[in-house]
Amino acid sequence: MDKAPLLQVRDLSIGFGKGTPIISNISFNVAAGETVALVGESGSGKTVTCKAILRILSANAKIHSGTVIFNPGDGELELISMPERKLRELRGDQISMIFQEPMHSLSPLHRIGAQVSEVLCLHRGHRKKSAKKLVLEKFERVGFPDPERVYRSYPFELSGGMRQRAMIAMAMIAKPDLLIADEPTTALDVTTQAQILSLIKDLQAETGMAVILVTHDLGVVANTADRVVVMRNGRIMEAGSVAEILDHPKHGYTKKLIDAAPAIPHEAEPSRARQIDDPILQLENVSKSFDLRGGMFSKRGEVVRAVQGVDITVERGKTFAVVGESGSGKSTCAKIALGAASPDPGGVIRFWPAKSAPPLEVQSLDPTAKRAFQRQAQMVFQDPYGSLSPRMQVIDILTEPLEIHEIGTRSERRDRAVELLEQVDLDPAMLRRFPHAFSGGQRQRLSIARALALEPKLLVCDEPTSALDLSVQMQVLELLEDIRETLGLSYLFISHDLAVVSRIANEVAVMRRGQIVEQAAPDILFSAPKHPYTKALIAACLEPSVEQKIDLDAVAIGAGDPETWPEEFAFQASEVPPLTETEPGHLVRIQI
Amino acid sequence: MEILRYAVFRFFTMLATLLVVSALVFFIMNLPPGDYLSNLIAELRSTGQDSGVAKVEFLRQEYSLDQPLWKQYLIWIGFWPGPHGFSGIIHGDFGWSFEYDKPVSEIVGSALWLTVLVNLAAVLFVYVVALPLGVLAAVRSKTWVDYTSALIGYLGLATPNFLLALMLFYYGHKYFNLPIGGLMAPEFEGEPMSAAKVKSVLVHLIIPTFVIGTAGAAAMMQRLRANLLDELSKPYVETAKAKGVPPIRSVLKYPLRVAFNPFVADIGNLLPSLISGSVLVSVVLGLQTIGPALLTALKSQDQFLAGFILLFVAGLTLIGTMISDVLLALLDPRIRYGGRKR
Repeated sequence: MDKAPLLQVRDLSIGFGKGTPIISNISFNVAAGETVALVGESGSGKTVTCKAILRILSANAKIHSGTVIFNPGDGELELISMPERKLRELRGDQISMIFQEPMHSLSPLHRIGAQVSEVLCLHRGHRKKSAKKLVLEKFERVGFPDPERVYRSYPFELSGGMRQRAMIAMAMIAKPDLLIADEPTTALDVTTQAQILSLIKDLQAETGMAVILVTHDLGVVANTADRVVVMRNGRIMEAGSVAEILDHPKHGYTKKLIDAAPAIPHEAEPSRARQIDDPILQLENVSKSFDLRGGMFSKRGEVVRAVQGVDITVERGKTFAVVGESGSGKSTCAKIALGAASPDPGGVIRFWPAKSAPPLEVQSLDPTAKRAFQRQAQMVFQDPYGSLSPRMQVIDILTEPLEIHEIGTRSERRDRAVELLEQVDLDPAMLRRFPHAFSGGQRQRLSIARALALEPKLLVCDEPTSALDLSVQMQVLELLEDIRETLGLSYLFISHDLAVVSRIANEVAVMRRGQIVEQAAPDILFSAPKHPYTKALIAACLEPSVEQKIDLDAVAIGAGDPETWPEEFAFQASEVPPLTETEPGHLVRIQI
Repeated sequence: MEILRYAVFRFFTMLATLLVVSALVFFIMNLPPGDYLSNLIAELRSTGQDSGVAKVEFLRQEYSLDQPLWKQYLIWIGFWPGPHGFSGIIHGDFGWSFEYDKPVSEIVGSALWLTVLVNLAAVLFVYVVALPLGVLAAVRSKTWVDYTSALIGYLGLATPNFLLALMLFYYGHKYFNLPIGGLMAPEFEGEPMSAAKVKSVLVHLIIPTFVIGTAGAAAMMQRLRANLLDELSKPYVETAKAKGVPPIRSVLKYPLRVAFNPFVADIGNLLPSLISGSVLVSVVLGLQTIGPALLTALKSQDQFLAGFILLFVAGLTLIGTMISDVLLALLDPRIRYGGRKR
């Protein structure tokens, strides 16, 4: 390398308070124009490292030692010892940052345009008027169809993907030499993720800036990075070029990460018809509309049709998965299946407590019968942090369902709690602990144990692994598979993650705009998808292999509005093609 | 324009609420058995002055106290003709005070405006004090600045207002030669407005404002501090920092704007607590507000006087809430455009 690198991080150590450092002796370089990925699981110190470069760490974090040298071509600057005032001139100008949560990274009370132009006003001495022209150009560049409108909008009026585009516009407006992107696509849907990543790449090619990309997703790394730094517990495990690291990992931890990375099947067994002799749950012609209450100045509410004419049959002892992006109606389906929301008139939910027993019609049960039904159908929630009360001990969390349904004596309930902990591979000695003493994966085990307390026959799992690290995700999936076998459970499994679904499901339905667009067994669905939307989801699912690049065209075609799909799939106003069995066991919403 | 429409709409809901409040006030006031006149009759009889009874009986009819309660209410408001035709609050007749033997309007007349003045001054005081201290306490949280302001705040909350009033009187007079008692020097009472009178009122306002406002300011400050602390840890503050926004501006421009909502929403809540808090203070300080009159009226079941004052206080509160609602809509686009089409 003849030129000095753009950024050199040397022996950086950071700690909170007086404790042991959480970042120890981190060193890496970033050359001008290249993309370096910082990879690791949560708690590995990726984000702290990035914030330390800009020195925007929270007040209780202290940089113990180390240097960060930034050299944009006109001399070296040492960022750690630089006076705050000088550093402020660099922030947002020569080094800018994008954060993980597009929903919360923009001020809710200021117009997008004002927030973006502020960068130019701060660093380029622009006035609002003169900045506006540049901002509008940038908005157009990041893919807003109507820049003027976005300029006037408030963040809550844009979707997550759009907000992240606005963040990117803000980060890029001053043409920085270095962009730090902290999990920029983690909170987004897969198809949006693909578009945002390619946008960052294009912008990088145009301006020649360098990018530090923080991510836990090796698929993202394979598709975007030039070099990789693998971190764990505040230390660098391994660093090198993408090809080196992904194809020939040397460190055991990197190997583990790569093995844990999800993959979807590429091969299918021959197609076969689906025959169900012993169903446990059936949704028939289920729709759900919500009245959108208008804001305070809008006159009439709008009706949103969250779910439209969905038919689902879950076979006893099997897993039926519903896949879709945010807003597809999959969670509404889950709620309806549990009787927690009632379907529009005409929808029927049948539940068979045992094989060839007469079915219960859940939508018309009286409150007592519904309680009895709910004992047999329980839910596992997405967020293991939010769904467990922080003020209850484990034993109380596990026995509460039993108390509500007045089952057993105190000591019997206690015994049941111990049994439940053993079922989910947790130590019964933890009965008296509070949830905060558990890691994310352990908490999700607790949620599962709670759901099992009433010995249900059906579990509805709403994104049960989405909030977890990859390696933990695998363990939780294994647990779910195990207890399905040993306890004879059936699952209705809601997820946006194709890889997770392909592993656990026996049958998969893909939802978009409240409709099932394709349904088949996972191997068939993922190896021979027919519907453009399914194809887009699969194309956007990034794999940790350097040869597999995103097929952006496929993503773009399928992820668009249903009106823009190829003719035989397209929705024309309220006209929707029928769900047709194109091959035995393979349903596609297509006009033949 | 939309905001104007909203303000008008809000104004009419306020009127409707006021009507409901008036009914509640009237019926609650009449819950204890008897009324001023029946008490008087009982007293006259027990002291053997039977000759006065006839006159009082006449008064009972004159003010419709012999009618059923719901009719009394309608007559009081002015929806139902009384013995002398329509004449009620909505017609500008506030009724008769038996205790003072004068029309209610004569008793409360000037006191109303002084009440509004004292309480507005107190509200202003609350905001002027709470805003900078709250922000300072949040930004410098867990430092001596925070602890000191919390200590002073709790002292303000914990000290009874009348005690504070007496102390301030003594020391204010001793060291700053501040006037004692009243809302203006005696020579200005009943005089037309003049520069000297305004000055006198302002000087007299200092201590009451301080006394009535401290507790509210202390509570408000703690609330602002808590809200702002929450906001300071939000990601958008980090975004501002990463943009290179200078520290003071990054606090004032973004998180403070958001933390401001509860601050504004409190205007409505602030007024009733200030007014009821100021009743005792007014008695102690000898302020010519409606406070002392309310106290006597409630004690002696002087129902028209008490009813009018309570209604007036309710009206002030509703106006306060209306103002804060309209301000909130102006301040927060999420409230304004919550349902705007994308």
